[in-house]
Parts: sequence; structure tokens; C-alpha cells
Amino acid sequence: MRRRSLLLVSIAAFGYALLYVPIMFVVIYSFNDSRLVTLWGGFSMRWYASLLANDELLEAAFLSLRVAVVSATFATALGAIVALALRRVPRLRGRLLLSSMVTAPLVMPEIITGLSLLFLFISMTHLIGWPTARGATTITIAHITFSMAYVVVVVRSRLAAMDESLEEAAMDLGGRPVAVFFDITVPMLLPALVSGWLLAFTLSLDDLVISSFVSGPGATTLPMLIFAKVRLGVTPDINAITTIIIALVIITVATASVISSRRQTVAA
Amino acid sequence: MTTRPSINGGDSRRWLRTAVLVPYAWLLLFFLMPFLIILKISFAEPVVAQPPFTALLEWGQQGWAGIHATFENFLFLFEDDYYGIIYLASLKMAAIGTLLCLLLGYPMAYFIARQPPRRRQILLMAVILPFWISFLLRVYAWIGLLGNRGLINELLLKTGIIDTPLALLYNDFAVYLGIVYSYLPFMILPLYSNLERLNLDLLDAASDLGARRWQAFVDVTLPLSVPGIVGGCLLVFIPAVGEFTIPALLGGADTLMIGRVLWDEFFVNRDWPVASAVSIVLLLLLLVPILWFQRNQDREQEAAQ
Repeated sequence: MRRRSLLLVSIAAFGYALLYVPIMFVVIYSFNDSRLVTLWGGFSMRWYASLLANDELLEAAFLSLRVAVVSATFATALGAIVALALRRVPRLRGRLLLSSMVTAPLVMPEIITGLSLLFLFISMTHLIGWPTARGATTITIAHITFSMAYVVVVVRSRLAAMDESLEEAAMDLGGRPVAVFFDITVPMLLPALVSGWLLAFTLSLDDLVISSFVSGPGATTLPMLIFAKVRLGVTPDINAITTIIIALVIITVATASVISSRRQTVAA
Repeated sequence: MTTRPSINGGDSRRWLRTAVLVPYAWLLLFFLMPFLIILKISFAEPVVAQPPFTALLEWGQQGWAGIHATFENFLFLFEDDYYGIIYLASLKMAAIGTLLCLLLGYPMAYFIARQPPRRRQILLMAVILPFWISFLLRVYAWIGLLGNRGLINELLLKTGIIDTPLALLYNDFAVYLGIVYSYLPFMILPLYSNLERLNLDLLDAASDLGARRWQAFVDVTLPLSVPGIVGGCLLVFIPAVGEFTIPALLGGADTLMIGRVLWDEFFVNRDWPVASAVSIVLLLLLLVPILWFQRNQDREQEAAQ
């Protein structure tokens, strides 16, 4: 008994170490004064300061944030409608096509999604003259399309667990469908909508492959810039960016879990 | 789903029925269309022009008969051993990566499922958390650890365990490590949700009653957890086959994976028809695991209810 537990504990410990050691290494070395990755040259914030002076990088970060906010918002709205329709509209025409189109991006290799969307944009420019140039708009469209799939998964599982009698009562009492939708359905779905939005936002902010395909000259997202730099090896300023992103993620996840646990206590 | 007819129920459905047309049209235009285009281009002839493929799309003037369709791009893939080798190599790399992921992920999922409920939540959270941190940056983190002058080699050199740096980066080993590291959460989650349902305490009790533990695990727990194993493995295997970032950053020049070759075919060689044909074949290869995954998911959903 004891021996097997010990083995299990050590494998689990190894697994968790594997997950966290590389990230911790990057965080620690982001405060390293030395340019050399493995040499500790004393504590320093100089790489963070150099980030602020790097216009190219700030521009890329701003573009990425803008694309992520817009695409996450659209993906959440569209994805929620798809999830609701799939669950609640009986005899929805083309239901099978819709549900396969919305789940396919989950398993589609990114590289194919990117390539095929690029071909679409080029063809559209040929045929109808839009989009005139590839950049923020085409990246946003691409991100909406693939992150919508993830939102649908999140909202669908929430809908499956939701009690519909409240909405029906409101309807029976004469509430207009649109009013009932926004006053009752949306608040009940809110936790799923928030996590769906956060997921879509993260996926967009992180995407390298699809953006590289559908972007044009002059539009470089943060992952594209980072990829170009790290292909040549480790650079201290990328360590600093990583640390900032990790801090943001921890703050967001902590806030979200506090909010959701509070909601649960209120509900119970 | 409740089907109790309410006076206004029809209205809300009608509203939804109309609203759904927006995402429907969106997906038709931005998901299905691109897919059909890539299929079409894979039959096109490469020409030196902008865009570099014969104008398949100008069917307006010529009609479908005027399309320069050719199977040459596919024949090219089959005649040239290069692509066959790369497809096989990608499948092999993904399969080995998945197996390693399972060997680490299964004991972890089993370990988590045996903890008291509160601790389970924390341990599970710790598995999911890295997923929220940029995939690209997490892969990047390994470069600093594995390099010739990376932390691991420096430590080993300083302690005198080795005299010359070990080749840890820019080879297949680094790619396997990258796959295990990046996809471990995808392996653990389905395994965990399956193992949690099995009620491991009950199985433990059974084994205490006589059956030897290891025997009980092999005879009872392992067979019951097959759906979790299948789900986790496919969730790792499918994206790993077409993976680009990991082989591009951690792999060596001789690490041939199809995602990377596709990227080069497109960005470096600018041969779009061949790139399209490469994608279509990749999708066909993934079709079986994808369908298998979906069937497995449906069964798991039923079991959970």
C-alpha cells in the first residue's frame, strides 16, 4: 500500500514540476540583469523598462489586445446564439450542418484553418473587392470563427444543466420574448458567457499560426513578433513579456474564481 | 428539454430561429467556403502570378468546364517519397508523444481522483492553470532550459556529471517533451472525469477484500477507464499530428512534421496548390481519429447522465 502511494505521489510531483518549472524559470530570469540566460547578474528591472521603449512591441501588443477584445465579444454573442438554437429550437433546419460546422474548428489543424481562410480572403478580394487589405480585420474574422466553437461548448454544457421553468413562467406571465431573453436567460447564462468570453480572449491573444496566414504586411500581432524573436533563441525581454502575461492570467483567474464561488454561495 | 407548450413559447423560438441565421451564414462563409476553396485549389496548376494559382475562381466567364483541374498535385505527393515519409514521421511523432503523455497523465489523473474532494479541485485547477498562459511562451520557456548553454546543461557541467553539453534542444527528444508538456492537461481532464465516476474507493475496498491491488487495477479499473484513455489520447494525438509551433521552436532541422512542411511549402516555396493538397491529405488522415473521438465523446456524455 505505502509503496504504491509513494510511487503515485512521485509521478504526480514530477508531472506538476514539469508543468511549472519552465514557467518559473522564465519568471526568475526576467529579473536577471545579465543578457546571458544562464548567468545570474543580479536583480534588475531593465528588461521591463526596455519593453516600454520598444514601439514595435507595444504596437503589436495593442493590436493583439484590440483583436482579442473584439473577436471574443463577437464569438461569445454568436456562439451563445448557436448553443441556444441547437438546444431549444425544435426541428431546426440544417441542424446537423450547423453543429458540425461549429465543432469542426475544435479538431481542425490550425495550419489548415489559416491557409483556407487566407484563400477565402484572396478570392473575396478578387470577386467583390473586399477586404481591400489583410490585417486587423481579417485576423479578427478568423479568430471569431475558431473561438466561436469553444464558446458553444461552454454555453451548451451550461444550458444542459439549466432549469428552464423560470423563463417559461415569465413567458406565461406575458413577458415579451426579447425581454425575457435579456432579463432572465442572459443573467442565468452569465457565468458561461463570462468563461466563454475569457476563453475566446485567451485563444485569440495566443494565436500564432492562423494570424500568420491571414495577416498582411504592416499587421504584426504579439505572438507573431515573439515567434520571430524566439526562433533565434532566448531573449531577456521576451522573459519579461512572459512574466507580465503570467501575472495578468493569475489575476484574471483568481478574480473569476472568487466571483464564481461567491455566486455559488449566494445561489445556495 | 421541456416541451410544455406556453402561449409565447413559439415567439421566443421564432426569434431564435431568425437570430441563428447570423452565425449560420457566418460559418457558411468563413468555415465551409474556405474549406471548399482549399479543395478546389488543391486541383489547380501552380502559375507564377499573384495569387500563385490558376484562376479557378473565375468560373463566371468560363463555367465549371473551364476550370483547369489537375490531379498532378496529389500525384506529386504520392510519387515523391518525401511527403510519404513526412506523413509517416508526423504520425509516429504524434503517437509516441501521445503514449508518453498517457504514461504520465494516467497516474496523475488517478492520483487526483483519489484525493478528498476539496484537494481534488485545487490539484485539478493546477493542471488547468498553465493552459491559460500562452502556449507559444510555454514552449519558448523550454529553450532556456534545454539549450547547450541552458540551465540543465550548465547545472550538469558545474556539478561535474558531464564534460560536454548534452544535445537536449533542436531534436526529436525536445519535440516529444514539448508535446507531453503542452498537451498534458488535455490528457488528464478526460481521464480524471472518467476515473472520478468509477468511485475508486469502492474498488479499493474490493481489493482489500482479497484481490491483490495490482491485479484489481488491471482487471477492474483499467478496463473501465478505457473511454477516458481513448478520449485523452485522441485529444492529444489529433492536434499533435498537425502541430507547427513545437517542431518549429524545439525541433531540429531533421525533425520533419507535416505542419512545419506545410508552412514552408506555403511561405517559403509559395507553392499554394501543393500546400492545399498537403492539407487535404492531412485532413483525410485525421478523419478516422476525429470520427472515433466524436463517437467516444457521445458515449461518455450518455454515461455521465
